[in-house]
Amino acid sequence: MSGQRGVDQRGVGLRVAGVHHAFGDLAVLDGLDFEVAAGEVTVIVGPSGCGKSTLLGILGGLLQPLRGQVLLQGTPAADCLNPLTFVFQDFALVPWRSVAANVALVLEDTKLSRADRERRVADMLALTGLSAFADAWPRQLSGGMRQRVGIARALAVRPAVLLMDEPLSALDAQTRGLLLEEFVALIARTGATTVYVTHNLSEAARLGQQILVMGRRPGRIRAVLRIQTPLSERWADDPALQTIERELWELLRADAADADREVLHAR
Amino acid sequence: MHAEVPVDFRGGGYAPHRVAWASAATLIGLIALWQGLASLGWVSTAFASSPLAIGRALVQLGASGELWGHVSASLRRLAIGWVVGTAAGLVVGVALGLFTLARSPGMAVVSALFPIPKIALVPLFIIWFGIGEGSKIVTLAFGVFFPTVINTLAGVDAVPRGLIRMAQSFNVRPWSILTKIVLPGALPAILSGFRITTSTAIILLVAAEMIGADRGIGAFVLQAGNLYDTDNLLAGIVVLSAIGLSVSWLLGQLERLWLRWR
Repeated sequence: MSGQRGVDQRGVGLRVAGVHHAFGDLAVLDGLDFEVAAGEVTVIVGPSGCGKSTLLGILGGLLQPLRGQVLLQGTPAADCLNPLTFVFQDFALVPWRSVAANVALVLEDTKLSRADRERRVADMLALTGLSAFADAWPRQLSGGMRQRVGIARALAVRPAVLLMDEPLSALDAQTRGLLLEEFVALIARTGATTVYVTHNLSEAARLGQQILVMGRRPGRIRAVLRIQTPLSERWADDPALQTIERELWELLRADAADADREVLHAR
Repeated sequence: MHAEVPVDFRGGGYAPHRVAWASAATLIGLIALWQGLASLGWVSTAFASSPLAIGRALVQLGASGELWGHVSASLRRLAIGWVVGTAAGLVVGVALGLFTLARSPGMAVVSALFPIPKIALVPLFIIWFGIGEGSKIVTLAFGVFFPTVINTLAGVDAVPRGLIRMAQSFNVRPWSILTKIVLPGALPAILSGFRITTSTAIILLVAAEMIGADRGIGAFVLQAGNLYDTDNLLAGIVVLSAIGLSVSWLLGQLERLWLRWR
């Protein structure tokens, strides 16, 4: 990954105040209150169906909570074109647009000139190692490459907060490992506040500076863990991280088993 | 010692592919068979003519300029009627696909009117719009409109909502979402609809020209039939087939160009 821009601490955080949500009669989120500190990675883990992705949708303004609100804390940098941007689990690439055009899509309605847009797209493709694939169709790319396009697109608007919804869950284990390390480097480089939803506990321990553990539906915050070790000083086999993984699993095991039975029953 | 038995292959078939030469050979073979039967006198040329006689009739019609007069009148009606019906169908189909307020009332009207055989409306349109061009173009447009609405609606419904949400999450403007996400995403279904509507338009064109026209391929075929002139009658049908094939080829090229991302 080549560097196109230096570390940029944007200093924007989020405060979630009394958020409740339901789909019809089904209560999904039950009074969530927490803060996402500026420049930190907050990981949200929880059993299937606990409302993690719903919560992320609410944080990003794609879902309206039944009650409560989400507050942006701080002022985004002057070059920020969109304070809250998503990286999606299924990549959400536009299949009839090339890789470069997918990244350009999010810049086309902005104040940037055509030349600036083209430069920005080229920078983001270089940053994510996609320069050679600028003209490729999404269907021609592997899952990992598609998610890199998703990352390039999200970073192109210089977001203050990056919302990542299980971005590695559709990928094979080897690609997951590689991309996770790239995420760590990109997050460290851009300094964007990050909210990362996952059910993978090793990803949570590798990335999280704050880890919110949600209980089964209706989702509540059951525990908050903090890891002080800087991201750059963590590695995959770190015994301290493995201890945190075990701790997370102990917190989640009973709920995960219940959620599994619930899903089977629902089928 | 265990007995060894080869594993039978059972995974073949169910994967047909196109053999270009077989298509051409089948058509040429059928025409040759028809000509052979006619030459041997096994098929009465008074009822079915022969490929050579039809070819001669086409050459004569072309040389006299009569053919172009009929074809140009038909193509003009076809183009205007199809474009008007398609444009209206696209607008209504997208509106039904995107807006709750349009969907229920619009679908009620479309569902009620779609099953009506449009040919049955030709006399009504003649009363409303006269025997001239208006009634013919309205017949075509009306016939094209409903399948276009239904295919466009299906196409818009098939656009993954995740893509629209993605665009919204990046503050892409509604007009850009329409032109860059919704319409391109609906395009495969819209183009499939075009194949249906162009065939429908040709059927309605001929019907409308047979009811009240002295120019156009439909009128020409009807006049030839009244005179038991099977050479010219079938020549007219060959021209209609050629128009249909040309339109189909053109749509295939558009699909290849616009859907090359698939």
